[in-house]
Amino acid sequence: MSSTKSNIWKAGTLVPLVIFLLFILVPVWGHYTDHNFYVAYFARILIYAIAVVALNLALGYGGLVSLGHALFMGLGAYSVALPAFYGIDNGWIHLLICLLSCAIAGLITGAISLRTSGIGFIMITLAFAQMGYFLFVSLKQYGGDDGTSISNTSQFFGLDLGGVYEVYVVSLVVLILATWWMARVRVSPFGMVLRGARQNARRINAVGFPSNQYLLVSYVLSAMLCGVAGLLLANLNAFASPSTLSWIISGDLVVMLVLGGIGTVFGPILGALAFLGLEEILKMFTNHWLAIFGLVIVFIGLLGKAGIAGFLDGISRRLAGASKVKPANQGAKT
Amino acid sequence: MSEPLLRTESLVKRFGGLLVTDSVSIDVRPGELHAIIGPNGAGKTTLINQLTGELRADSGQVLFAGENVTALGIHLRARRGLLRSYQITSIFEGFTVLENTVLAAMGAKEHAFRFWKPILARQDLVDIANQALEITNMRDLAEMPAAELAYGQRRQLELAMALAAQPKVLLLDEPMAGMSVQESASVVAMLKRLKGSHTILLIEHDMDAVFALADRITVLVYGKAMFSGSPEEIRNHPEVKAVYLGDEAIG
Repeated sequence: MSSTKSNIWKAGTLVPLVIFLLFILVPVWGHYTDHNFYVAYFARILIYAIAVVALNLALGYGGLVSLGHALFMGLGAYSVALPAFYGIDNGWIHLLICLLSCAIAGLITGAISLRTSGIGFIMITLAFAQMGYFLFVSLKQYGGDDGTSISNTSQFFGLDLGGVYEVYVVSLVVLILATWWMARVRVSPFGMVLRGARQNARRINAVGFPSNQYLLVSYVLSAMLCGVAGLLLANLNAFASPSTLSWIISGDLVVMLVLGGIGTVFGPILGALAFLGLEEILKMFTNHWLAIFGLVIVFIGLLGKAGIAGFLDGISRRLAGASKVKPANQGAKT
Repeated sequence: MSEPLLRTESLVKRFGGLLVTDSVSIDVRPGELHAIIGPNGAGKTTLINQLTGELRADSGQVLFAGENVTALGIHLRARRGLLRSYQITSIFEGFTVLENTVLAAMGAKEHAFRFWKPILARQDLVDIANQALEITNMRDLAEMPAAELAYGQRRQLELAMALAAQPKVLLLDEPMAGMSVQESASVVAMLKRLKGSHTILLIEHDMDAVFALADRITVLVYGKAMFSGSPEEIRNHPEVKAVYLGDEAIG
């Protein structure tokens, strides 16, 4: 673990910090140029980044490959949509429902999924998310397949999350706090046990930590943070639909994380930005953007298992000319 | 004679039709170094696995510090002070030597549901870890990623991790396996230093080491504890000689 002070000028830290700075400038720029569309677009990136941070806790640190995190995003979204349907616009109630429902769903699905590992774990989390998907499809009174628009967005002390600037600022604050916490937790006892369990679960047990308990807690915390992302997304779109729970979203989150760098602090933000940014740019040029998109993802995948974050770390190490220090996030063997 | 710290009562383990642990009753007294020897496939590692709780015994009991721990899982036994090192090295490759050791120090004492302060900011645990690294001659390598250690150093780290847990009983599964002559000599010297202050159950192939270190030796043959006694008694026991040591003189 290298000290944070000497770290700050390395590309792996500098680039994300510049990105955060630009994120702060986006609403200012949007306000003066009246480009609300782009503020909403970047808000979406921030929200997905939060969800990927959440996934990173379970997948990146704990090694739990969840293909069902869309379930929690969906629960977060419907935590706004369902109360709003009955005219409840109190954001605190939305948040409470969101955190509670995600915690309970995370606890139950996590406890069951953790009885398996590897492919079994992936399939079970996927199955739970699909169950959630079809549950909300079947709720015809809330729009069923078509989803439901939200007329009463979350109100917090007079702050209306339905406003594009409001939801942008709140998302940015949540993302910064979540990223900060992930940097702290990474080397905290909890994070060390998770990362240890990913490397060698048997040994973590032998050391005196019951790995499954720690993994379950990480899964529940991850679910709750992912729910918050869903809550923000519902406010941004003023809309919630079962498609938020589709397995494609779960897959996108995993791809974003792999792209950005599994288990790294800034990987989620880099991955979400690269994924959604690339999508938008390629769409401008061609209708067949998915074909090029796939190729680019393959290419970034070839950069190595630490994704963009690992690539940036590699640059700064080459610049420093010292290959003595290995990147701190090398414990990636599962 | 003082009460044994670790004791088994007619421990039995079968893998299918194979009787791997055949009604083994052994005990380890406080402060002694008890060695278990036996030919390959005698069930030595299987026995250790039952002591630590990685394997459930089919019948019989494990008693540790006056408590029946037969039903307890591995992490609960570790928390009570029953620690082991592995024959096949098992360390956290993604962490530094110090991080590995601090984690081991913490695991023996408390839970890790702490989400904010870095684990290396826990000076008390770092001190314990550094002591363990000192004993195992690993202090200079504290900052090195475990993945970069040489084989012998990994074995040393394995021992440091077990020591950092400040165990009541230390189960060492062939700590010198695969080591060079110099490395094993330094491990023997280290175990001599630990003797007396630690209670150790040692499984080892190196007969010179065993006879130099052990207070008591148990011979395990086909899962059966054939004989227990002092190194002198083992050396002169005709049956043991025939079964395990061969007819050549040992010494």
